[in-house]
Amino acid sequence: MTTAAPDHAPKYAQLSLPDRIGKAMPLLLVPLLVVFGFLSIGSPSSWLTLTVSGLAMGMMIFIMASGLTLVFGLMDVINFGHGAFISVGAYVGISVLLALENWTGVPSLLLNVAAVLAAVIAAMCVTGALGWGFERVIVRPVYGAHLKQILVTVGGLIVIEQMIHVLWGPDEIYLTRPEMLKGAVTFAGAAIEKYRLLAVVFGLALFVAMRLVLKRTKIGLIVRAGVQNGEMVEALGYRLRLVFIGVFIAGSALAGLGGVMWGLYQEVITAGMGEEMMILVFIVVIIGGLGSVEGAFIGALLVGLLQNYVAFLEPKLALISNIALMTAILMWRPQGMMPVVKAK
Amino acid sequence: MSDPILELAGVHTDIAQYHILQGVDLSVPRGGVTMLLGRNGVGKTTTLRTIIGHWQAKSGSLRFDGADITTLPTPARARAGIGFVPEDMGIFSDLTVEENMILAAASGPLDPARLEWIFAAFPPLRTFWRSEAGNLSGGQKQMLSIARAMAEERALYLIDEPTKGLAPAIISTMAGALRDLKNKGASILLVEQNFAVAKALGDTAAVMDDGRIVWAGQMAELAGDAALQERLMGLSMEAH
Repeated sequence: MTTAAPDHAPKYAQLSLPDRIGKAMPLLLVPLLVVFGFLSIGSPSSWLTLTVSGLAMGMMIFIMASGLTLVFGLMDVINFGHGAFISVGAYVGISVLLALENWTGVPSLLLNVAAVLAAVIAAMCVTGALGWGFERVIVRPVYGAHLKQILVTVGGLIVIEQMIHVLWGPDEIYLTRPEMLKGAVTFAGAAIEKYRLLAVVFGLALFVAMRLVLKRTKIGLIVRAGVQNGEMVEALGYRLRLVFIGVFIAGSALAGLGGVMWGLYQEVITAGMGEEMMILVFIVVIIGGLGSVEGAFIGALLVGLLQNYVAFLEPKLALISNIALMTAILMWRPQGMMPVVKAK
Repeated sequence: MSDPILELAGVHTDIAQYHILQGVDLSVPRGGVTMLLGRNGVGKTTTLRTIIGHWQAKSGSLRFDGADITTLPTPARARAGIGFVPEDMGIFSDLTVEENMILAAASGPLDPARLEWIFAAFPPLRTFWRSEAGNLSGGQKQMLSIARAMAEERALYLIDEPTKGLAPAIISTMAGALRDLKNKGASILLVEQNFAVAKALGDTAAVMDDGRIVWAGQMAELAGDAALQERLMGLSMEAH
């Protein structure tokens, strides 16, 4: 990105200490929760296993949620059909993996990675294309009408779920991970599943890549500005509709990617899996702050970690832990931790 | 008189169930500053927003630089050469001053010479170049808002109340920048409530009432006639 930065040392207005702490507080929540988990669980090896599991779960939820938060921020569109892309992505990706059984069934890192990559690319291409069609046919006629958006996108979700039943049958599909992703590594006395480690690394890499695109490229600037004030972006000469379509397609493809990863994580897929995940995805988008990728990232990690810690400490409470988290965060910050959408 | 840069003929605009513009006929001369005046709620902001395309005219026509732009979307109007500074400034508060300016240069990288010109008009923007725009003061935000419109050469600037709520010293900076812009040959359609600024900058003026242009002429003529001001706007601008 070309800049025209002047050669001088700018003076910054100094925030007060409470303001600085308040601003940084959402960033501190994840480490605080990890410390809380360590103190509550007691056993370091159990804590490490649960932490990696929580981070892996959080990364996968983030991948599914990141597109949705940008779609809402950019065009004020509430897409309840987002879960369909998760399910379709999982079915397409897993179908590719099942077709490549010769590659996944042998203990070859190269062949296993190639099979997973092929599955991911296929899932992202199909869900990206599906997202393009979904935007054109279902979302475009209802811009600016939230109630209609909810109704038609839920309708779209149901239709796509039924299409999955037609194409793949009504039964859930079980799968096994590629050979090299099976099993666990032992670290500091804790057994950590290889796949979870991979999910953490992959999710982190994707988050860094998204941040780089959003912060360091002009298209990223347009997206960030469009989330804040789309009208003004258009008045500067940018066709926000095209940007939105691009973000919608990218968000759908990411949801598809999340679907493949979640399917491999659970080792079973169903047509309704996307719909089920949408509860967590919406919680993440809401507590993160509408339109904020960083907020969604922190929110997803909080959801993943909390669910794992609570399921270990008090299994019955796990069912309500995420709703309780959302309630607490909204009581603290009613617009979420890092809201971006202010001008709408 | 040379051909106008902008012509509105019989423009009607509705916002929800409200019929705001009720047949606006307006001609903005090429070069110079045209003041759009009138009491609150008569349709000045709606006129600017209809010209940039945030609201589509229900009927009537808009011609810019000889071309019909009535049905063009906002981005196409902006790319055709219309710059817009809204009343709420439209600053991207989570972006830095630098990022706001980079975005403003829609057709390519920022021109360093043009940037120096902008810094000369608005020195605080240099100081706070890498600060988040949301942390700027009200006056600095307004400077950024106008600077953004100046980032690329535009044939016409639509500027909505740039001095609203600002301290006198900053108003003076703002007026200086607009005068500079005018001297560079730009055409400006300016909504302004501050009479001193309007009188100092305006070449021509149009007065609105009830969604129509009720008077158009030279700014000097309006400024020098208290009775005309009283009749058109319900108050003498000198006393305002």
